[in-house]
Amino acid sequence: MVATQAPTEERIWQLLEEVSDPEVPVLSILDLGIVRAVQLKGETVHVTITPTYSGCPAMNTIATDIRLRLLAEGITQLTIHNQLSPAWTTDWMTKAGREKLEEYGIAPPVDGTATGHLLNLFGQDTAVRCPLCKSEHTHLVSQFGSTACKASYQCDDCQEPFDYFKCH
Amino acid sequence: MADSLTTAPIPTETQTQLFHYVVQLADTSLILAHRLSEWCGHGPILEQDLALANIALDFLGEARSYYQYAAELEGQGRTEDDLAYLRSAVEYRNPLLVEQPNGDFAATIVRQFIYDTFHYHLLQQLQAGPDTQLAAIAEKSVKEAAYHLKWSSEWVIRLGDGTEESRRRVEQAIAGLWRYAGELTTPNPTEKELQAAGLVPDYTAMLPQMEAHIARVFAEATLPVPQGVFMQKGGKDGRHTEYLGYLLTELQYMQRTYPGLTW
Repeated sequence: MVATQAPTEERIWQLLEEVSDPEVPVLSILDLGIVRAVQLKGETVHVTITPTYSGCPAMNTIATDIRLRLLAEGITQLTIHNQLSPAWTTDWMTKAGREKLEEYGIAPPVDGTATGHLLNLFGQDTAVRCPLCKSEHTHLVSQFGSTACKASYQCDDCQEPFDYFKCH
Repeated sequence: MADSLTTAPIPTETQTQLFHYVVQLADTSLILAHRLSEWCGHGPILEQDLALANIALDFLGEARSYYQYAAELEGQGRTEDDLAYLRSAVEYRNPLLVEQPNGDFAATIVRQFIYDTFHYHLLQQLQAGPDTQLAAIAEKSVKEAAYHLKWSSEWVIRLGDGTEESRRRVEQAIAGLWRYAGELTTPNPTEKELQAAGLVPDYTAMLPQMEAHIARVFAEATLPVPQGVFMQKGGKDGRHTEYLGYLLTELQYMQRTYPGLTW
């Protein structure tokens, strides 16, 4: 059945919690901090989202998924805004999101380690905990991984290679 | 964000110049993204193949943001796709450096190092500039550009201070590509006017930092910084090397063969 009463902003936030990131399905788009604002203006719902990376191919899918989820609740008048500034940062990832990420097998970002310092050539690798055996004994394989938001690491104890959601 | 222009009206001529400048930024990112994407599946090792594809994707995303903004500035109903896929080589405004062929891994690294050094410093200036949309795009991309510059800088050092063969190749790449470095920081007439109006960054202010970074990386790589090289230019005014036409033939193939094709 389609709901007929007017949606509230609170209800829309609840619905958005059910929209998952297409590349890391264990995370909702709220866990990632992609949704920046929800506003009701008259009959129209405005949702503002921001990309994690400039070339993030998931943005179109995310916008479609938001549209479909709200449509299922009978919300047809929806405008999705793409906002670039302030630029997305891993600081916006929720604590719950970080825990889910680690459980899923991806090491969550270690805050304050973004590569903004050019003097740090061949600098020490960020100490990242292995999401499988929880060892801190790991090393960076490459700053670039399976998607734009991840780096490749390997655990020196259990030897398992793993993805690290790099700090940004 | 889309309202940035309506709040502070800009004279039409300036808006046209700004359009050309934004297209230049867009073309530069798109052409470099395309070159890097040609490596996909051919990288020397898996991790570097992934790195090249990741960097290509970052540039493609940046290009889209610029094209969208350019389309809005122009206001003639053209879309980002029209600008990227339906212009001829002489209408492209990218500097000559980014259209140069990939060559071997050393040539790709040197091309990338030269561009990343400029790109990173340009974005730092743009994000503090008066145009709010360019500032927003730069704020987003500069974080990515820092990763790119770290990557290409480390590779210049590895290759320069590596084996006899890697050094031979990186020296050869520098000899072939350095002539295209100067165009990046040499303003063309459009850039000169926009710089005079204070709308886009003045390259002379960026040069000391760029030169310091190059000197530091080359010193660690035990490579001499080239001196007194005659600099080629023309790309920013639509005069390109022969390579761009071939690149566009491939890049625009689908739209040219099946006009209006969509996913």
